[in-house]
Formats: sequence, C-alpha cells, structure tokens
Amino acid sequence: MSHHLMEADNLFYTYPDGTAALQGISFRITHGQSVALVGGNGAGKSTLLLHLCGCLLPTQGTLRIGNLPVSRQTLAAVRKTVGMVFQDPDDQLFMPTVYEDAAFGPHNLGLDAQQVRPLVEEALRRTGVLHLQNRPPFRLSAGEKRRAAIASVLAMSPDILVLDEPSANLDPQARRELIDLLRSFEHTKIIATHDLDLAMDLCERTIVLEGGKILLDGPTEEVFQNEQVLLKARLGKPLRLQGCPICGWKKPPAG
Amino acid sequence: MTGTVGQDILLNLGRIDELARLDSPIHRLDARIKVLTTLLFLVFVVSFPKYTVSALFPFFLYPFYLMTAAHVPAGFLLRRLAAVCPLAVLLGIWNPLLDRQTVLSVGFLAVSGGWLSFCSILLRFGLTVGSVLILIATTGLESVCAALEKIKIPRIFVLQILFLYRYLFVLTEEAARMLRARSIRSFDRRGTGLLSFRGMAGSLLLRTFERAERISQAMYCRAFEGRIPTTQTFHINRQDIFFFFFWTAFFAVFRWINPVSIWSRLFEGISG
Repeated sequence: MSHHLMEADNLFYTYPDGTAALQGISFRITHGQSVALVGGNGAGKSTLLLHLCGCLLPTQGTLRIGNLPVSRQTLAAVRKTVGMVFQDPDDQLFMPTVYEDAAFGPHNLGLDAQQVRPLVEEALRRTGVLHLQNRPPFRLSAGEKRRAAIASVLAMSPDILVLDEPSANLDPQARRELIDLLRSFEHTKIIATHDLDLAMDLCERTIVLEGGKILLDGPTEEVFQNEQVLLKARLGKPLRLQGCPICGWKKPPAG
Repeated sequence: MTGTVGQDILLNLGRIDELARLDSPIHRLDARIKVLTTLLFLVFVVSFPKYTVSALFPFFLYPFYLMTAAHVPAGFLLRRLAAVCPLAVLLGIWNPLLDRQTVLSVGFLAVSGGWLSFCSILLRFGLTVGSVLILIATTGLESVCAALEKIKIPRIFVLQILFLYRYLFVLTEEAARMLRARSIRSFDRRGTGLLSFRGMAGSLLLRTFERAERISQAMYCRAFEGRIPTTQTFHINRQDIFFFFFWTAFFAVFRWINPVSIWSRLFEGISG
C-alpha cells in the first residue's frame, strides 16, 4: 500500500450558502508526482485543497488518500499523511516561536520532547530557518515566514505536501529560493498557484480547474500550450512561453 | 494616517519580548514562582479598603525591586502605564463627584472620600498593571502562559491569552491598513464619521472570524486535539523558594501594618 496515492472520484461540494464549488472532480495522483492545480479566482482550487487535508468533506463522491477514504473516522491518519501549507503563513504560524510552531504537529502526534527535537531541527535546517528558531513568527520577513510554515509541516514527516499559492507575496529572489527548496523535496506535491512559471519549474503535470470542474489534465508543457483552455480558465500563457516583447523571439519547444 | 500613542505602543509590543530575553537574577527565577508571587501581590493590593492610600506605599517596593534587579527601563514602564492610564482615570473620576463627604483634613484642606478613593484607584492601578508588565518583561508571555497552565489555570484561558498576544499584531496591522485606506479616500473629514467606523469595525470583526477559522483549520491539519504542547521545562531551586517566602511574608506584614501611619503617630507623639 502506498501512502502517497491520492485519488478523487467524482467529488462534489456545495457550501452551506448554496455555492456549488466542486462539480464532479476526478483525478489520480501517484507516488512522487508533482501536480500543479491552476485556475482563476473562484475556480474551486482552495475548496479542493481543503478536501485534500480533510478540512472539508465532500457532499458527494469519494476521496482516497493512501488506501483510506477520507472521512471523519480516518481524519487523523489523513492529516498525518498530508501536510498542508496555507496561503497566509500568519494563519499557520500561531505558536510563540518558530521552534515551538514546528514542534506543534509532532507533539500532537504523541511524540515526547526528545523525539521531537531532531525532527524539528531537521525540518528547520532543510528550509533554512534553523537560525530563526527562537524568533517570534510575526518578526519574520514574508520569505522567512513561508519557509517556517513549510518547516512546521515537514516536521510531521508527511508523504504528500499540499501548498496553497506558495509564491504569493514573495520577492523574486525569495520566490526562486522557494522553487529550489520545493524542487529538493521528494514528496508527492500538489501546488495550487497562479504562478504558471513556478508550475512549469516544479510540476510535470497540471490540472486546470474552471467553475468547479476539471477543464484539462495533462503534462504541464502541453497544457500551457493550449491557449484556448488557458483563456477559458481565466489564465494566460506562462511568461516564458510568450515571445520576447522586444524582438519577438520564442524559444523553440524542446525536442 | 498619523499613529496614535496607543497604536505606537501596540506596534512596539515586541520590545517587551526583547526585555524578556535578557538575563538577570529575576529573569532566571522559575516562571511559576514569579507568577504565583505576582498573583499574591495582586490579591493583597486589591484587598485593601477603598480609602486606603498611605498603606499602599510599602507595596511599591516589590515592583521597584524587580525593575531595578532586572534592569527594566523605567521609561518603558511609565510609557505603557500612561497609555492605559485613561482607563483607570475614567473608572475613578466619578468618585470625587459622587462621594463628597470629608474624611480627612490636612491643615485647612478638607479631602473628600471621593478624592481619596480616586487616589487609591490610581495607586492600585499603577501597582497592579506595573507589576504584571514587569512580570511579562522578565519572563516572556509564553513562559507566563506555560506557568499558568502548570499551576492549573484552566487551559482555555491560557490559550486565549496566548492567541490574543500572537494575533494582536496581525489584527492591529489589519486595522491600521483599513484606517489608512479610509483616510486616503476621505477628504475634508468627509467619510471619517461614525458611519464608516461602524462599517470598518464590522468588517474587521468578520475578517477576524474568517482568520480564526483558517487558524483552526491549520491547527487541525497538524493533529491538534485541544492541547497546546509546551516545550518549557521548569526547575525550582533555593533562590526561588526564598524569593517566594520573603515576598509573601513582606506582603502579609505590610497588609496589616502601615508604617506611614505609625511614623506619623510617632511624629505627632514627639511633637505633641
């Protein structure tokens, strides 16, 4: 059995106010895959992500993580498997210091202080924020906060990483560093983003959402060549696939 | 938008954390001991009758000792006291108006009960708020909270304090951004009235609810089950025990003995 498997079968979700946010979503993500979830505002990305970590349960259809269907009974196992990095690090870093925040998850999994320390230190080292471990989170820069938020999830040793807009509010340097960091992870990754260039860098597969449905699901390079679909999904070609604004030169497709 | 005094102090709250990270004999004391001693101090100060003024003076020794031994700058403390002072004044200012009976006369000056209790309120405000500020500035709020949990204060209250402190900054910044957005779109004070304030307060409240929901989702995603784990370890040694018993004895003695009135009686005795 693989913990890294994620399979959605005809997911529907309707908010209490009647908004039908997901309308029949099906996909299968296997071990080690890196998948971009793209779509305009209100396409259903965030709703889908909240399903992946068990914060919302589908009104219809099933979602399987590993071989477990996500339900109230399996929530603990699901949350151990899936590490969710929220869009606003301030929502995620609620403990007084960076160290304590990273230790929050492992402690809740029942580990004692001696077992928690190496896990936390390793997570902080991997994300490059070990030197900030005693700092309160509100004192960090946006880039540092993002890294600390990722560390707080890594410390729980999840098999699947789910990230919501990881490059939002980062300066270009912090964004490049984040891409390098994420590339170094061997986890199965699901990244919801508007940053299509980031998706090209990190994900071999892209799912395009529109109006709560999957518009297209395929290899990233192919999806981003399909201008019609991108426009329909309120997106546009990634910058690097557009011509040079000065000379009009385009990089010829690989192969 | 020009920042008000209160807001500057709020945004500068991190200073108290910096102070808490310094080192001194007071910083090294066990957090539980400091919390317990300060709690006792508060109980004693509050327990005096309403006209008490002079008997409160010896109690200034406790915050004063902590302040000097822990190198907490007096300016830091006074500025923060001044910021919350209006609250105490607002509470006490009605006393001189309502309670006009003369209870004390100093020479030809007749002092009414109202003024006396007003002074008492201000003194107690300085003592209690001051000593709690010093406690946080020498211990750090997270250690204070861990200590509160250790001495069996219900977890729900401790969580509230922790979260209040963590999100104070986020909320203040959010409010400051809203005020800024309002001020750049309001001309000649138009649009700065109560109506827009009502809208802003409402939307800030809704945003707070939404944020609270996201935070709780983030917590549940990390296996939260109602208990905030603490990485703090505590250790009581001889200095801690001495500190606790010395100050408890001190509070108890000066609760019943008022040196000021004894001295004045002595003085009267000598001069009479």
